[in-house]
Amino acid sequence: MKYIDEFRDPHLAGEIAKQIEREALGSYHLMEFCGGHTHAVSRHGIKSLLPHNVSMIHGPGCPVCVLPVGRIDNAIGIAEKAILCTYADMMRVPASGGGSLMQARASGADIRMVYSSQDAVRIARAHPEREVVFFAIGFETTAPSTAAAIIEAQDLDNFSVFCNHVLTPPAMQSILDTPDLRLNGILGPSHVSTVIGTKAYEGIVSAYKVPMVIAGFEPLDVMQSILMLVRQLNEGRAEVENEYTRAVSHDGNLKAQRLMEQVFVVRPSFEWRGLGEVPSSALSIAESYSSFDAESRFCIAYTPVPDAKACECGEVLRGLKQPQDCRVFGTACTPSNPIGACMVSSEGACAAHYAYGRTA
Amino acid sequence: MKGRVDLSHGGGGRAMQRLIDEVFRRALGNPALDEGNDFASLGAVQGRLVMATDSHVVSPLFFPGGDIGCLAVHGTINDIAMSGASPLYLCASFILEEGFPLSELERIAQSMGKASRDAGVPIVAGDTKVVEKGKGDGVFISTAGIGVVPEGVNTSGSMARAGDAILLSGTIGEHGVAVMSSRENLSFGTPIVSDTAPLHRLVAAMVSAVPQIRAMRDPTRGGLGAVLNEIAMQSGVGMNITENRIPMREEVASACEFLGLDPLYAANEGKLVAVCPPEKAEFLLETMRVHPQGRDAQIIGEVVEDKRHFVQMETVLGGKRIVDWLSGEQLPRIC
Repeated sequence: MKYIDEFRDPHLAGEIAKQIEREALGSYHLMEFCGGHTHAVSRHGIKSLLPHNVSMIHGPGCPVCVLPVGRIDNAIGIAEKAILCTYADMMRVPASGGGSLMQARASGADIRMVYSSQDAVRIARAHPEREVVFFAIGFETTAPSTAAAIIEAQDLDNFSVFCNHVLTPPAMQSILDTPDLRLNGILGPSHVSTVIGTKAYEGIVSAYKVPMVIAGFEPLDVMQSILMLVRQLNEGRAEVENEYTRAVSHDGNLKAQRLMEQVFVVRPSFEWRGLGEVPSSALSIAESYSSFDAESRFCIAYTPVPDAKACECGEVLRGLKQPQDCRVFGTACTPSNPIGACMVSSEGACAAHYAYGRTA
Repeated sequence: MKGRVDLSHGGGGRAMQRLIDEVFRRALGNPALDEGNDFASLGAVQGRLVMATDSHVVSPLFFPGGDIGCLAVHGTINDIAMSGASPLYLCASFILEEGFPLSELERIAQSMGKASRDAGVPIVAGDTKVVEKGKGDGVFISTAGIGVVPEGVNTSGSMARAGDAILLSGTIGEHGVAVMSSRENLSFGTPIVSDTAPLHRLVAAMVSAVPQIRAMRDPTRGGLGAVLNEIAMQSGVGMNITENRIPMREEVASACEFLGLDPLYAANEGKLVAVCPPEKAEFLLETMRVHPQGRDAQIIGEVVEDKRHFVQMETVLGGKRIVDWLSGEQLPRIC
């Protein structure tokens, strides 16, 4: 497969692994922020290629994992009144009281799995007699397509969006503020960075003196970026470097940024699963598009719900614990019966470790 | 046949008789079925019998490379063949939804008839029920069949032993991706067609060459990943496989990459996994490769001792990872 196989070359991977081993002289705790990287690290067995003094911590960059339970409850509430369109990953995320969108659907709610926000607009067009709500989740990667859907739906009066888009830099900052954090460097997101550019991280990197390398999602990208982080740390540098130059620029995708600015405003604060309330970390729909805001349309009141007591998703999402350190990992909490959100999405730290990593 | 299925087609009256005569008997006809009884009267059989059943609820009903009709024939033939048996007879039950176009039912029945004739396994008995509109999804087909196992052949998922070789008959993932590509809400184009095919002739060649084959299974739902885990669990062993030995068409690899699917869990309808003693592996591989259904066969790994029953894979990159059971459904209703 062109442009894929080149980035999975075992010979080059072996060479980079040797180079990392040669150069990694101290102890390195690196966080891959993004769930896509967590998945790549696990699926390709990258951990098994790294020396023992380089450890990878899984970050919170999995939109399904960080959405608090209260928001899933809200979505189920909406589904009782409207056609709810959602990405498939959300279906099995546990809501409070043992529910989930999957169970709500089994009980008769009209919940449809879609592959893009545009699919939801199409469904709204096809059912003018029904209210249709798009359950929007994700980081800056998916937010522009939600904005585009709202603009596309200007002539519809039965379409609205339950907006849960979250922002990457404030979440990074929240993690870096964690006391007792053992974190030396960050592998920066691929797709998010195509939208927001490397400039978005410069403030954080200089304030916290933590090196960052924006990395592509292919295994060689990840290996090369780890080597670049090791080098920054060895040389005492803390910069935003860009390994993923074939897709990410300094300024990012300006058109997508403009779409987001046009349709969304930054919320004063938003609850993240695991991180708690994080200031200025999420988007809501701007006043000028308020008729598309499902929160006001359906009078949604948000009630925070505490995580299951046994669940340690919070510590895992902050990198304080590895999935296997959680008391319920692999016993009470498995991908077939997830207690915490990290076990639900294939990009979640626990699900990825359960599915691919248990032998490493 | 014009018109649509209505409740009278399942009512036992003249309309049902007409449906049976004009759709099913015309498409599937054979002496046993033509007797028109509620049972099929068959000749005596020598040897150990195996029996299997398989229900089909695929959506959409017609997909690139096949439809629910031929799938229902191949599915049961393959389940029987995985015991090493030659399939002898099939029967089929149809659950039709009120309002389903009769012309489509005709197409499905004809596809079943062709698949059954091509495979040389007649459909000797059948049944039809009609459910009210909204209580089905067009048509569901259940097939069952019997076969006879050749003398000296004894395969089971519980018989894999450490040291055995694991063989795969060909490229993976085509059925899963073909069905996915024909879903109305997924707009991506692909030349991939389902691999749906009967495997009993390949199996006959395999068991005649290497009667010591320990286990065979067709990786349908859950794909290769699920089948390897099933055999590992049943036999109380582990498995080590090598990613770059698993044959896969480039289009399937690309589509899976694009859709975020793992091809190890994508469904197949014309492939099998076989486990055999290591000293027989090369001969079995040669035998498989001579056959059209086994042209791309590969030895993909070996059975190892492992109390945890893990299936582990050396990745293309040279790393190592576990191939776990699939959790939940990767694709809903593909067979």
